Amino acid sequence: MKIRVDPDKCQGHARCYGLSPELFDVDDYGQATVTVDEVPVELEDKARLAIANCPEYAIEVVSE
Amino acid sequence: MAHTAPVKDWATDFDVLDPAYVADPFTIWDQLRSTSPIAHTDRRISSWLPTRYDDVTAIAHDIEHFSSLRVAVIPGGEDDEPSEGAPDLQYGLPPISADPPLHTWTRRLLLPWFSHRRVETYVTLTRELCQRLLKGFVDTGHADAAAGYAQQIPVRVIANILGVSTDMSDSFTLWVRDVLEFADDPERRIRGAEALLNYFVEQVELRRHAPGDDLLSELLHTEFEGKPLEDDIILGMAALVLIAGVDTTWSAIGSSLWHLATHPHDQKRLVAEPELMPLAVEELLRAYSPVTMARLVTQDFEYGGCPMKEGDKVLMNFPAANRDPEVFDDPQTVILDRAHNRHVAFGSGIHRCAGSNLARMELQVAVEEWLDQIPSFSLEEGKEILWAGGQVRGPRVLPVVFP
Repeated sequence: MKIRVDPDKCQGHARCYGLSPELFDVDDYGQATVTVDEVPVELEDKARLAIANCPEYAIEVVSE
Repeated sequence: MAHTAPVKDWATDFDVLDPAYVADPFTIWDQLRSTSPIAHTDRRISSWLPTRYDDVTAIAHDIEHFSSLRVAVIPGGEDDEPSEGAPDLQYGLPPISADPPLHTWTRRLLLPWFSHRRVETYVTLTRELCQRLLKGFVDTGHADAAAGYAQQIPVRVIANILGVSTDMSDSFTLWVRDVLEFADDPERRIRGAEALLNYFVEQVELRRHAPGDDLLSELLHTEFEGKPLEDDIILGMAALVLIAGVDTTWSAIGSSLWHLATHPHDQKRLVAEPELMPLAVEELLRAYSPVTMARLVTQDFEYGGCPMKEGDKVLMNFPAANRDPEVFDDPQTVILDRAHNRHVAFGSGIHRCAGSNLARMELQVAVEEWLDQIPSFSLEEGKEILWAGGQVRGPRVLPVVFP
C-alpha cells in the first residue's frame, strides 16, 4: 500500500500524525507528509484510520 | 429589544442566544437539518445558519464569497462595525479576521508557536498546573469542574506562551468572557476589549527595549517585506491568541467533564482503557464542539437556494456539522473509540484553528489528570449547571461530587 498527502488539500489538522505517527510527519506550519515509501502490512489499518479521520479528505491511496 | 423575544420559528427567526438554544442546540439542529438546512434570521443582522456538514465545509472553503472580515457571531453595534473583538485595531485580529493575503503571512508567523513539536514542550507545564489545581479540592469531595478547574488551565498556558504574568489570569478570563460571552451587552463587550488592548499596548512597550523569549517579543522583532510589523498587527495577533486560546479550550474541557459526569459507563471505560484517550479526545471534540465562527457574504449570491445578500453573515455551525447523520453514524451518541471521525471542531479550510494542537493537548492532559485523581464523579444533586452559548458553548458552572 502506498499513500500520499495532497499538499493543496492539507490544512494542518494533524489528525493523521496524532493517530498514526509511524506513517506521517507534520512540519512547523502544519503541512503533513507521509514518511514511508510503502506502508508496512501491519500498519495498513493505521493508514486507513488516518484516511478516515482527515477532515480535508487530503490523504490518498496511491496503490493498494 | 426585538431579539429577546422567544423564538417561535427556528427556520426563519433563529436566535443563538435563546435560552433553549444555549441549553440544547442539538435538537434544534436536527429539526433544521431535515427541514430547513440553512436557517435565517433578521435578529441583530441578517444571518444564515447552515446545519449540514457539506454546507458548512463548502462555505468554509469558498473564501471568495465568504470573507472572514467579520467573524463575531454576535455583531457589535447596529451596523456590525464597531468593536468586533477589539476596538481601534486597523486590521482586527489577524489571521482569524483576515482574508488572504494578510491572513496568509500573519498565520505563518503564528503557526510555529503551536506546532506539534512546540506543543510537546508545554505538556509538563500543563500537567503540573492540572495537578496543582486538583490538589486544591480533591480532598473536599466536591468541586466546580468548570470555574475551579477547566477555566483555570488554558489561560495560564497561553499567558506563558505570550510571556505575560499568570497572575493576570483572572483579569484575562474576565476580559475574554466580556468579549465573547457577553457580546450582546455593548458596555461589557467594549469594556473587555479595551482592557485587553490597553494591557497589550503596555506589554509591547515593555518588550520593545527588553525582549524576552516569548511570542510578543518575537513579533516585535519580525519583519515582513523588509519592514517591522505595524503595532496594530502585533496587538491584533496578541489579542487573538488570548481571546481564541482561553474560552474555547476551557469550554471543551468543561463539556468533556460534564459528559463523563453524566455518562458513568464512558467514565469507567476511559479509566479502564486509558489507551483510548487520543480517539476519545477527538470524539468529545466532535460531540461538544465549542466554537461557532461567522463569515461575511461578499456579494449578492445564491447558495443552496438561499438568496444571500452582500453584508449578510453566515454562522459557521461546525458543532452542528459534527452531528450530521449523513457523515457520522449515530451522531448523537458519544462513542469513545469512534474510528471514522472527520470532525471539524477546529474548522475547515484555510482558517483551521491555528491553536488546535495546543487545545487538543490541553484537553487530553486535563481529562487524564482529572481521572487520575478523581476516577469516579457525578453531578452534585440539586445544584444548577450554567451553560454559555453563542460564539462559544460550554459549562460555566459545573458542580460535581466524588467519594
